[in-house]
Amino acid sequence: MARAFTPKVVTANALLEGDVIYLTADGRWTRDHHEAELIEDEAHAQLRLLKAEAQRLTVVGAYLADAKPGPNGPEPVHFREIFRTRGPSNYAHGKQETSHV
Amino acid sequence: MYNYSDFDESFVRTRAAQFRGQVERRISGALTEDEFRPLRLMNGLYLQLHAYMLRVAIPYGTLSSAQMRQLALIADRWDKGYGHFTTRQNIQYNWPKLPDVPDMIDALADVQMHAIQTSGNTIRNVTADHFAGAAADEIEDPRPIAELIRQWSTDHPEFQFLPRKFKIGVTGSPNDRAVVKAHDIGLRAVRGGSGQIGYEVIVGGGLGRTPMIGQVIRPFVKKEDLLPYLEAIVSVYNLWGRRDNKYKARIKITVFENGMEAFRDAVEERFRAIRPEFTGIDQVLLKEIEAAFAPPAFRNAPEDGFEAARAKDPVFRSWTDTSLAAHRAPGYAIVTVSLKAHGATPGDASSAQMRLLADLAEKYGHGELRISHEQNVVLPHVHKSDLPALHAALKTEGLATANIGLVSDIIACPGMDYCALATARSIPVAQEIATHFKAIGLEEEIGQLKIKISGCINACGHHHVGHIGILGLDRAGVENYQITLGGDATEKAEIGDKVGPGFAYDQVVPAIERLLRAYLDIRADRAETFIETFRRLGPEPFKAALYPAEAERDAA
Amino acid sequence: MSVIVRDDGFHAEDYAGDRSVEIASDTLPEALPDLTGADLVRVAFPAFSDGRGFTLARHIRAAGYSGRLRAAGHVIADQYAMARRSGFDEVEISNDLASRQPADQWLYRADWRAHDYRARLRA
Repeated sequence: MARAFTPKVVTANALLEGDVIYLTADGRWTRDHHEAELIEDEAHAQLRLLKAEAQRLTVVGAYLADAKPGPNGPEPVHFREIFRTRGPSNYAHGKQETSHV
Repeated sequence: MYNYSDFDESFVRTRAAQFRGQVERRISGALTEDEFRPLRLMNGLYLQLHAYMLRVAIPYGTLSSAQMRQLALIADRWDKGYGHFTTRQNIQYNWPKLPDVPDMIDALADVQMHAIQTSGNTIRNVTADHFAGAAADEIEDPRPIAELIRQWSTDHPEFQFLPRKFKIGVTGSPNDRAVVKAHDIGLRAVRGGSGQIGYEVIVGGGLGRTPMIGQVIRPFVKKEDLLPYLEAIVSVYNLWGRRDNKYKARIKITVFENGMEAFRDAVEERFRAIRPEFTGIDQVLLKEIEAAFAPPAFRNAPEDGFEAARAKDPVFRSWTDTSLAAHRAPGYAIVTVSLKAHGATPGDASSAQMRLLADLAEKYGHGELRISHEQNVVLPHVHKSDLPALHAALKTEGLATANIGLVSDIIACPGMDYCALATARSIPVAQEIATHFKAIGLEEEIGQLKIKISGCINACGHHHVGHIGILGLDRAGVENYQITLGGDATEKAEIGDKVGPGFAYDQVVPAIERLLRAYLDIRADRAETFIETFRRLGPEPFKAALYPAEAERDAA
Repeated sequence: MSVIVRDDGFHAEDYAGDRSVEIASDTLPEALPDLTGADLVRVAFPAFSDGRGFTLARHIRAAGYSGRLRAAGHVIADQYAMARRSGFDEVEISNDLASRQPADQWLYRADWRAHDYRARLRA
């Protein structure tokens, strides 16, 4: 039996600013994890990753990260990815700085 | 202090211009990320978890006031108003944007600084004893040799693409404050038979996944033989070092796998071959560099008011008890300024703190500052009569914490709050240990102790050589912390031993408290430090304190 | 097809002899062949991140070979100065790399004799 596929998002860092970005369903890059495309199918995930990697002038280091559905859109699963949606824990820098939550 | 020659100046400017071009070519697409990565790394630019990070070299940890002010300016103009001092005597900016980095590099060049070779598989920033040129126990100031090595290793055509990174540390004192035995090459000043000063060469030390204490490859190398000898070591390593597995690529593995004898033979053969290429010009340069590092004009003055202030002000007394080290000049002290205020991020300094330190160094410290691998700032030459005023001024920016060498003077790498390689956070663990022991009032009682925290196996936080080492790992998607005991970063270098299973994030502080309460119970007397008690009794009583449930079960 | 890079820019392959010697990047110094009579020595760079060729070039020069010495493979423009300082005369790259890194990027480092710390410490 094939192992169940854990849903993924495509994430990377922006080439110029360096900050964390996610690929949306309509092919944009967003700073907000909730706007990312939650990919439920492995073949589709590989395709989306290839598309992301091809954008050499925009993004660096694209990869697939585990995610799960949430009330406002996809949410990260691993603690590393949770930190990436926020910023460091010692100062309110990074995404925490600009977020309205 | 060393001032750039015209050669240094034009080199750094040319290199800055090259890097500007490389950034432009990356942005235009002429360079792929794969090709740009090693080039940006050779210029200290990383891509981290949330942003780029620029790592700036502070060669042998020495800064002038003007340089410190410029670091503050860079922090304000292109970053978020602070910098992070590291265990390798670098400063890291955590939030630069790629198009700004060439301007930051230009601003560094304006004060004779650079970010060259602070990363990449090349010879990194040369580190040295942070008390160099001031310490009472010193055979000679190691900074001239370190500066010579900086010049030799900078842009060395043969050694820009080594199997792995390569770190050199130098100490001029028998008491090692530069952890030279945990470097790829460690150098220790020694006096030869005729009284001539040379260097003992230690090779193959390193922390990380496979921690090893370096071994002596040659007990005495004359200064005029040092560059060719180093070149021989790195040359053999470049061909012998493994390139198939990056975890086995450091020179410690090369030496280990081939055996010291075979490695030494190859180095000696190479040394004989290349020695004639060095005609002695380097020694002429060394003489010039030595002259530049001539000690400042120390003043011969009474220690007015120092003892009186100590007697009168217990806060000042406790700060002098922890922060001062013996200076070679009468009436002077070496002051370590703590960047570890309880709850602060170890090694971070705000731009306001940097400016104050620059001003105070000018006013009271002959314009000199040092960055220690323990992530504090050192004012190496302060006359004791100036200490009360210095202390009062430090208080205004939260820089007068009297905790040097104590439980809250913790080394911590950036960990998963910043670092892309990290497997867990280190900073908040350090913050919580520091605030906790202050809150329960045990810091002074516990006394001398080195806690060192790394957020991954690469060990930037030197956890292996901490009396108490804490290593943050990812265990099945949860942060987990392994504790090692008995490490030592001095000339008696020792790798600490893992004592048992790791602890969850919120169990680390209670575990450290059990450990230290056990120490207070079993120490011979107040004078016996944690590491001395550990050496006398071994790990068992500490293990029992860390894992009380198991200890109970074993006893039943 | 490949491009030969020298201090004056790009050239087509102009070696037509039959006394060339290939040196693999994992060759140890004691295993270097006798180069007497060779008129071209090509040291392989399988990846630009593999710097063994720079050390090998020094060994080859130290052994007395004074003929044409070429760094061949994945060498990038930013490494041109390192190659020249290590004893290479020229670099051989693929057409693909040459189109991504055109001649001006290589000519930028044709000043490889300038700003050389190590040469300054030994001369």
